[in-house]
Amino acid sequence: MDASRFGRGLVAVALAFAAAACGTRGGELTVLTHSSFSASKEVLASFEAESGATLRFIEGGDAGETLGKAILSRGNPVADVIFGIDNTFLGRALAADILEPLGIPIPSTIPPDLRLDATSHLAPIDVGYVCLNADRAWFAGRGLALPSQLEDLVQSAYRGLLVVEDPAASSPGLAFLLATIAHFGETGPYPWQRFWRDLRANDVLVAGGWTDAYYNEFSATGAGKRPLVVSYATSPAAEVFYAADPKPAEPPTVALVSVSPFRQVEFAGVLKGTRQLRLARKFVAFLLARAFQEDIPLQMWVHPADRGARLPQVFAKFALIPERPELLDPALVDARRDEWTREWTRIVLQ
Amino acid sequence: MIRTRLARIAAASLPLGFLGLFLFYPLVRVFALGLGPLVRGGWSRLADTVRGVGLAGLLASSTLQALASTALSLAIGLPTAYVFARYEFPGRRVLATVLALPFVLPTVVVASAFAALGMGKGLGTVLAAHAFYNVSIVVRIVGTAWANLDPRLGEAARVLGARRGPARAAFALRLVAPSIAAACLLVFCYCFTSFGVVLLLGGPRVSTLETEIWRQAVRLADLGAAALLALLQLAATAALMALYARVQRRRSAAMRQAPAAASRLRPATPGRRAALAAFGYGPAALVLLPLAAIVAGSLVTRTGVGLAAWKTLFRNATGSLFWTSPLEAGRTSLVFASGALILALAVGLPAAYAAAGRSRREGRRASGPAALFDLAVLLPLGTSAVTLGFGFLVALDRPPLDLRASAILVPIAHALVALPLVTRSLTGPIASLDPRLREAAAALGADPRRAWRAVDLPVLGRAIASAGVFAFTVSIGEFAASALLARPEFATIPVVIFNRLGTPGELMRAQALAMSTVLMTVCGLGVAAIEALRARGPGGGEAF
Repeated sequence: MDASRFGRGLVAVALAFAAAACGTRGGELTVLTHSSFSASKEVLASFEAESGATLRFIEGGDAGETLGKAILSRGNPVADVIFGIDNTFLGRALAADILEPLGIPIPSTIPPDLRLDATSHLAPIDVGYVCLNADRAWFAGRGLALPSQLEDLVQSAYRGLLVVEDPAASSPGLAFLLATIAHFGETGPYPWQRFWRDLRANDVLVAGGWTDAYYNEFSATGAGKRPLVVSYATSPAAEVFYAADPKPAEPPTVALVSVSPFRQVEFAGVLKGTRQLRLARKFVAFLLARAFQEDIPLQMWVHPADRGARLPQVFAKFALIPERPELLDPALVDARRDEWTREWTRIVLQ
Repeated sequence: MIRTRLARIAAASLPLGFLGLFLFYPLVRVFALGLGPLVRGGWSRLADTVRGVGLAGLLASSTLQALASTALSLAIGLPTAYVFARYEFPGRRVLATVLALPFVLPTVVVASAFAALGMGKGLGTVLAAHAFYNVSIVVRIVGTAWANLDPRLGEAARVLGARRGPARAAFALRLVAPSIAAACLLVFCYCFTSFGVVLLLGGPRVSTLETEIWRQAVRLADLGAAALLALLQLAATAALMALYARVQRRRSAAMRQAPAAASRLRPATPGRRAALAAFGYGPAALVLLPLAAIVAGSLVTRTGVGLAAWKTLFRNATGSLFWTSPLEAGRTSLVFASGALILALAVGLPAAYAAAGRSRREGRRASGPAALFDLAVLLPLGTSAVTLGFGFLVALDRPPLDLRASAILVPIAHALVALPLVTRSLTGPIASLDPRLREAAAALGADPRRAWRAVDLPVLGRAIASAGVFAFTVSIGEFAASALLARPEFATIPVVIFNRLGTPGELMRAQALAMSTVLMTVCGLGVAAIEALRARGPGGGEAF
């Protein structure tokens, strides 16, 4: 073999490698999600059939861990699309500069108040409402009224009844803390700090995460003793859907959707550095389209962002959308989140 | 002399290469990333961070908690190890397997079992859970050593006047002291770096360095503070290991060993039978109670006691792509665990030979590199899982080693976590092999491989099986799983359990507990299979 032929061979091999590295071998699209992501096989297959792409999913832990891992691998992203950044982490995601502009229109059926990213890097896909859940039988048995506002929780009648999640370790825990901050404010005669001081005095229990609070401490679901827990507006619907046969006519729990619910909007975006920009944008558009939106409720137990999407019966009956959620500006949340969490830790735990 | 030296370097290079690539390199990268800005920010920035995270308090509370947990694990584990190693009684083998089961249970399931048993949150529950998890380490490591002791040593002690039980027990204790020290070190490190147990059972008022590292890195996105804490945790465990190594070198000696089954006794007097029952069945009952609560939980729904969860276990109710059948999950778990077992033994055996060779030859004055090697092999114990997971992300991100989302990383990470356990449970037995036996075999014309099979394997078989059980259970239990990026198509049993427990609904909870029951069964069968394999191999007998 003479030198020039060897050289040409080398160039050919190098080109082949470069081509493979550029992802020209055809459409594989990698999606980074949190571990609560789910969708039906059918709906995802329809995207693959339509686009000719193969979908590959990677899970990064909970929402915070997933975002952290996306930020760490910026520059050489591990995926093309990220799903599951919520409004409490929106600012962190935007500040880290890990996203391409969306470059696709957001359907008009998605309400404007969910479009929290004015820079158009993140598309709202679903909405969850964190709120108190109560054990119906427990309250009926004691003849005690369900709390109708946060202020009730510090009354002696509700002493030792509530379990919350640690906001420093759990996303519903953080959402509930933010709801109290939105409700009581930072100034005035009764700011959020005083509420939590009183709640501590009223024997609130702090659990390490949602699973622990809901399954180990909440009285309606297992061995727990507390009839009030911080969970989601859709939890009662899931309690019916995932009840042993025969399914109960009514859930054993009730979501207190009028007691300062906090709205969690989950977003998807295209990761900077992707080699599949067009396909990635197509996938985000697919997440916004009807078929996927109508698949969301039973898969992830949250509401679709699209108000026009048809809801399954169990949602229509038992998963009420709160009328007046507590709202906080995502920019403010991002600026103050860690400080508020530390302050909460000092007040409630130390 | 030169040949043995070369052999030792060769034996050490494989584990060092493995640790270098999958532990040190990722750690260095993530520490550089986290600490760089802190160091550049100058002394005041560093001091602020140290104050901000409450470093001293965390260190003290982690240490005290781990000391108490270790003491409790020893108090239960030592008598159990003695009874299991020295006496034959009904159910001994089954109970020995049962003791290994807690090791594989996800902390969230254990939290559920403890809640069902009415245990609240707090330090006491943390200690109980740590003992629940770690008694099997004490029983396995110390039990193996006790079972291996030549009974003639005990007889000699009797002849020399150690007539009463306590005196003989004290004598036996002294003989297995190195194994006790090894078990203590391992248990202490596990409790010192404990994460899930502390987060879920301690309530938020109990924290360890590891829970704080996770909070800083994940929730507060403060990689600098996380890296600082992770480095401190690593340094603290390294210091402890160095201390341990000093103590250990003074103690190990070549000892005559005998296959265990031959030397096991049956209790003779009623008093001894009662003591045996207390220490044989008592701790097993402590372990069995939470396990029973898990199985029971899988059978109870609001409509009563029944098989509702088990019947729906194989049904994908929403047609989700992310749903995994128990069979698939079981197969994935077994494939990963087998990979981790093979990898951990392939790396751990040479590591143990390298470590044992030194401790035998060099007595109390180990050379610098040698001491560092011993330390390196143990370091995964002090490594913060979340930090290492971030390290993998930033370090193993270029071809040909872009392993970030590769399934291969799972058995590698499991083998890494299992390595200290595997190496520690092999070093003692290897160090106590009488080198003259192998020299005799060589003099009789056996090549090194034949000599190893004839001399080492019969005695080591038991320790190798024990080490294999550790690697297998570490992997089946998915230690440090959350630190990695996960591929839903390779969901293991613990991952399926997490997914079920992330959704509200009584069937989800009951199915998670049913899957935990499956997990225990798979683990129990796996452990039994490893020990059966061992029993059929050279030397015969049981693992311990």
